[in-house]
Amino acid sequence: MGRRQRNKQPDPEPLPEPGAAAKPSFKKLGKRKADADIQSKRPAKKAKEGAAKSKPAAAAKGKKVPEAKGKAKGTAKQAEAWDDEDEGNAGSGEGWEDVDDDAKMADGPTFDDDEGLIGDLDEFDVDDDADDDPLRRPTQELDLGSDESDDEPAPPTSRRAAKKAKKAARPPKVIPTASDASSSSSSSDDDDEDAAADRVTAANFAARSRALDAQAAADAALDRAELQRADADGAGDEEFAGADEMEEGEDEVDTGVAEGFVLPTAEERAAERAAGGPDVAAVQRRMRECVRVLGRWRALGAGTGRARAEFVEQLVADIASYYGYNDFLAEKLFQLFPVAEAIEFFEANEVPRPVTIRTNTLRTRRRDLAQALINRGVTLEPIGKWTNVGLQVFESNVPIGATPEYLAGQYMLQAASSFLPVIALAPQPNERVLDMASSPGGKTTHMAALMQNTGIIFANDASKVRTKSLTANVHRLGCKNVVVCSYDGREFPKVMGGFDRVLLDAPCSGTGVISKDASVKINKSERDFALLSHLQKQLILCALDSVNAGRAGGAYVVYSTCSVTVDENEAVVDYALRKRPGARLVETGLAFGREGFTRFRGKTFDESVKLTRRFYPHAHNMDGFFVAKFKVERRAKAAPTADAEADAPVKAKAKAVEAEASLEEVGFDEEADKPYLEDAKRRRIKAKGLRPPRRTVEAAA
Amino acid sequence: MRPLTEDESKAVFSKLANYIGKNLIHLIDRPDEPYCFRLQKDRVYYVSESSMRLGISVARPNLVSIGTCFGKFSKSGKFKLHITSLDHLAQYAKYKIWIKPNGEMPFLYGNHVLKAHLGRITEDTPEHQGVVVYSMNDVPLGFGVTSRATVDTKKLDPTAIIVFHQADVGEYLRDEDTLF
Repeated sequence: MGRRQRNKQPDPEPLPEPGAAAKPSFKKLGKRKADADIQSKRPAKKAKEGAAKSKPAAAAKGKKVPEAKGKAKGTAKQAEAWDDEDEGNAGSGEGWEDVDDDAKMADGPTFDDDEGLIGDLDEFDVDDDADDDPLRRPTQELDLGSDESDDEPAPPTSRRAAKKAKKAARPPKVIPTASDASSSSSSSDDDDEDAAADRVTAANFAARSRALDAQAAADAALDRAELQRADADGAGDEEFAGADEMEEGEDEVDTGVAEGFVLPTAEERAAERAAGGPDVAAVQRRMRECVRVLGRWRALGAGTGRARAEFVEQLVADIASYYGYNDFLAEKLFQLFPVAEAIEFFEANEVPRPVTIRTNTLRTRRRDLAQALINRGVTLEPIGKWTNVGLQVFESNVPIGATPEYLAGQYMLQAASSFLPVIALAPQPNERVLDMASSPGGKTTHMAALMQNTGIIFANDASKVRTKSLTANVHRLGCKNVVVCSYDGREFPKVMGGFDRVLLDAPCSGTGVISKDASVKINKSERDFALLSHLQKQLILCALDSVNAGRAGGAYVVYSTCSVTVDENEAVVDYALRKRPGARLVETGLAFGREGFTRFRGKTFDESVKLTRRFYPHAHNMDGFFVAKFKVERRAKAAPTADAEADAPVKAKAKAVEAEASLEEVGFDEEADKPYLEDAKRRRIKAKGLRPPRRTVEAAA
Repeated sequence: MRPLTEDESKAVFSKLANYIGKNLIHLIDRPDEPYCFRLQKDRVYYVSESSMRLGISVARPNLVSIGTCFGKFSKSGKFKLHITSLDHLAQYAKYKIWIKPNGEMPFLYGNHVLKAHLGRITEDTPEHQGVVVYSMNDVPLGFGVTSRATVDTKKLDPTAIIVFHQADVGEYLRDEDTLF
């Protein structure tokens, strides 16, 4: 019963033709999926309305996929259906994807070209309705369409309605942020598009503040109950000495800060540390309060009599202790975001990102690979509209890195964010491409697939040990146009230059992939950032020098890192722009992502840095990433040279005039100089041995 | 990186001919672009001429791989074909064998192919012939050497070995440390 409630879909969209067969009911789908396939197959083959009609069907069927994996019958039918459409590729001696098909795949979503798609094929359509499945909720889908615009457009509303119905079962967050307290349609758990809904607008401000206050009151009541219990346990802990103060309610603030929340003073904090660190619940509470106060400083914070900086300091210290960062890194990452978003970022770093794989288009098609993996018992779905080779794996009976399909080189385990720099670079067939830091080879093999094994790719990695895995991956995925070498990236224009495109996925601090490697939280210091930043600046200059700038259409360099800090991203890009006037930033070609910062804490960067793109785990559900695309061209000298000669004499004259003017400004004061001149004259005469005339004016001492 | 000497070429080509026979000529005279074999640190690489010319600019200590590695020469001068050459072998193979789904995993673990796993086999395969092993979906899984001719396989009992394992794609995982 509960499941039915949760799975309840909104009413299906109206069908364009009244004559089309009725959408199979949910009951039918649950029982005889195979029959449902047959039913919808017939009318769908009629005309192109299959696409419109199939959407509601897919919406219903999408959620059946987890149940589908056990059903051999259903999948056998799927396989049949897919084979029917296969254009003469089935079972031939080569059995591999025809190279020409890649051209087709390069334009837009691939599945629109087959009309009359039936049944479960539709789940591989880029279809948003399918991700309403609550089972999938914890592993987040990427829906990146509406991340671009912060105003909520109309289209997502139907999905929001569906989502609202499912919010009931969600566990409450540890640190409810401002966004949580608002209407249920937004939550940072729900990474699809909803981060944008957190914006406070005039319309919902009143409602939100009321909700906030209500929650604060509830929290306060809970806290008081907790405190009383804790007191009963034994209040030798310094922490609760502070809490006692809270009970007295010294600083009552009108709009409902949890009754008498007082920021611990420096002494109290020292005492806390001496007592062996605060307990987790208290830290949580404090963080929550600080976030609230900082979020509405004028309303809440002004009254407490403490400076905003103190709240910030306390919050950062609590973040560091609660999430396990060192102080330097906690502060550094905190400064990148507004307060509530910072908490979301830290929370997102605790949770792993979804497992994704990239289809190797040199060997197979996404549809066929998905079918084969489903047959093995893997639950997967396409990642999103922005890529036609990516698949997201939800759960799997078999180790996804050891299936026969993996070994045959039909796919590569790769994070979704790693698709981005290659999509931005867009290498074309028959080009010469350099990948300066290519291990373990995900991006290199992606580029080889895009270039269809033509041209040549130089895959470089500074570490000889890591070139082993790089070479193995290159061979496994069947890339024939790759030269693997092991140089320090900074040697590059010397070893070889004249590339058409260069990809530099620079070694970085890894602050974007903390969810993968938690040791980054504690082992990064200021010195690390300085060294890395220096290395990245050197590498990017070498990359910009390694291209063939005179090439028709210009040469492109993509700089990317898996980091979110400014001094590894925008600062490096800005440095490159200053040092290489022939290079300029261009659009990355990525449909989503936040713009890079043009100003940050006093540093200003070139305006064009806006064209770079940042990605965050809490906003896009992929690893923190940064992508910048440069175009390097020879500077056009034609117009200026003609004028240069005419200008030269004019310029020289102008300079002379300027010089004179400046001389006159400085000027000499004849009167004051006389005594000195006379003195010098006398000395000269004396040196000759003659007798100097009498002094007329005494030189000032 | 240097071209192969006469003897080395002979060794490589005879090994390859065992699997692809007369189609060997297609490896050298390709319609799109001439390819060549080069030797770098005892490994034989099959690479297009244009890539090879660009690869010359990489110094010997720094060059790791170019094009496709076909195999390596042992210290005593014998040439061993590696799994990395599977793509090209599968393209031109003369004798093929398909194994059933239940036989895939044992083969990928490095075991020989038993009669019980045999799905299909090309008609006139002689004894001790190099064959390429496919799964029933026509996905190449590796290569091996037949133990008996096709006509004789019918007389064998199900637990008998029909193809000796030489290389399989599972080596990308099992031998990932020693492969390159």
